[in-house]
Amino acid sequence: MTVTKDALGAPPAGGPRAPELDVVPVRNYGRWTAAVISVLALVGLIGSLAKNDNLHWDVVGDYLFADLIFDGLGTTLWLTAAAMALGLGLGTLLAVMRLSSSPVLYGIATAFVWVFRGTPLLVQIIFWGYAGALYKFVKIGVPFTDITFFQTETNTLLTPAVAALLALGLNEAAYASEIVRAGIQSVDPGQTEAAHSLGMRPALTMRRIVLPQAMRVIIPPMGNETINMLKMTALVSVISAHDLMSNIQDVYAQNYQVIPMLVVASLWYLALVSVLSVPQAWLERRYGRGTARGAHASPLQRMFGGTARLVGKKNKEDGR
Amino acid sequence: MTAAMVRAEGVRKHFGGLEVLKGIDLTVERGQVCCLLGPSGSGKSTFLRCINHLEKVDGGRLTVDGELVGYRQHGTKLHELREREVAQRRRDIGMVFQRFNLFPHMTALQNVMEAPVKVGAVPRNEAHERAQQLLAQVGLADRGHHYPAELSGGQQQRVAIARALAMQPKLMLFDEPTSALDPELVGDVLDVMRQLAADGMTMVVVTHEIGFAREVGDTAVFMDDGVVVEAGDPRRVLVDPEQDRTRAFLSKVL
Repeated sequence: MTVTKDALGAPPAGGPRAPELDVVPVRNYGRWTAAVISVLALVGLIGSLAKNDNLHWDVVGDYLFADLIFDGLGTTLWLTAAAMALGLGLGTLLAVMRLSSSPVLYGIATAFVWVFRGTPLLVQIIFWGYAGALYKFVKIGVPFTDITFFQTETNTLLTPAVAALLALGLNEAAYASEIVRAGIQSVDPGQTEAAHSLGMRPALTMRRIVLPQAMRVIIPPMGNETINMLKMTALVSVISAHDLMSNIQDVYAQNYQVIPMLVVASLWYLALVSVLSVPQAWLERRYGRGTARGAHASPLQRMFGGTARLVGKKNKEDGR
Repeated sequence: MTAAMVRAEGVRKHFGGLEVLKGIDLTVERGQVCCLLGPSGSGKSTFLRCINHLEKVDGGRLTVDGELVGYRQHGTKLHELREREVAQRRRDIGMVFQRFNLFPHMTALQNVMEAPVKVGAVPRNEAHERAQQLLAQVGLADRGHHYPAELSGGQQQRVAIARALAMQPKLMLFDEPTSALDPELVGDVLDVMRQLAADGMTMVVVTHEIGFAREVGDTAVFMDDGVVVEAGDPRRVLVDPEQDRTRAFLSKVL
């Protein structure tokens, strides 16, 4: 690699040509040693796991693609999607309420966040699972009269799946509202003023101008929340919502192969989380329009962009 | 048609305990360019923002084209306008900000088209054509597909002017439009404003550009500490002022 030629440009015609110099990188012996020790430790761990008969790779293989597992996966996936949709929708509403100038709306939203963020998720899941013990019937009608439009037993309405969705969704709404609020507040007030001065009404301003810009701040933490949600759905196994974890537990309750079944579950959760990072990167790119220059590159371009640039530069130099 | 475009009578405004406007009297006739000058904190920007109701007036009367700003009068009562009515009136008033405030997630063209399409219900292709014309008018015909971050400050401010003009306002407000610009970019923006004034647009301009005020302004208003100190022909107010405060200010900025 030649540095001087690039840094100084072509020497003036007839002038003395600068000698081409080779660059010798610093050698980090400490870093090499640490890398060797880490690799040895990792190989040892993998080797001991591979040789451990208690892991029962045959059981893992038998159940990895079993129908029961796919049923559970289906529930886990729709539960994650539905709970995130509920959380994001309700969370945005709560965020707008918390930013509203009405003290009543602000108070209600604040109280909601206080309750649902302040109690353990596990407690909320069990609560919704046993809500039938609190209200035996669900009625919709005119309060303080006998007029009833709709009435049913709580337990027929609140199946384990619905209870799980409510618990996860309402809990998520409390966290999402804080993320959305931070996002809205990160947008320059001048943007709202500019929109208002063009005759845009507050609702249109929020939808067209503020929220699209807030998305840049909202998406990375919401991606985290989605990944968290996928894993938190495992908690609803306590009310037998037939998600992946519930079905895994059902299996090892019968065959006592706890560790292999947990390996099956872990492999699937890992696979799903890996897939989820793709749409997040895509969304970040979409809402990064018009900001940083690097935001236009796809995740793959960003990952390999460094080497591509180096290679490109090298080629350019060679071409001279 | 005889009503002045902007008429202020004893306009007052305070933020908490701080009185920013202490009774402003001012008239801007149709087709006139009125330049507001004064030291920072004199209330000139606040007054400008009162005109399109970005700030609420606390006292006095402020009318635009004969209509009260932010209120409707019924007998002796003033009724606050609804969101929809406030937005309706703001359509007729264009505003250009010191820090441009372009929408960063939209291209220059989309910035200019946004309000006509979403507020004015202009068909998209019609708005597109008109936006192209406006960008050409401010000398940026070939920059339509650039995002604000890819434009210089002067270019951004000219896009902002085109965006304000897209709603075909009858009055344009400029809040220190060149104060955030590098000196060599100021000229392009002032040229656009000069052309706009020549085309007969009614303009209220808060500025520190004494030269522009003297050359383009029909009236110059010198404000200090929330009151109008002196107003009149800029060739008199800015050359041979009657008041000591005006003279002291001019000697500092010139």
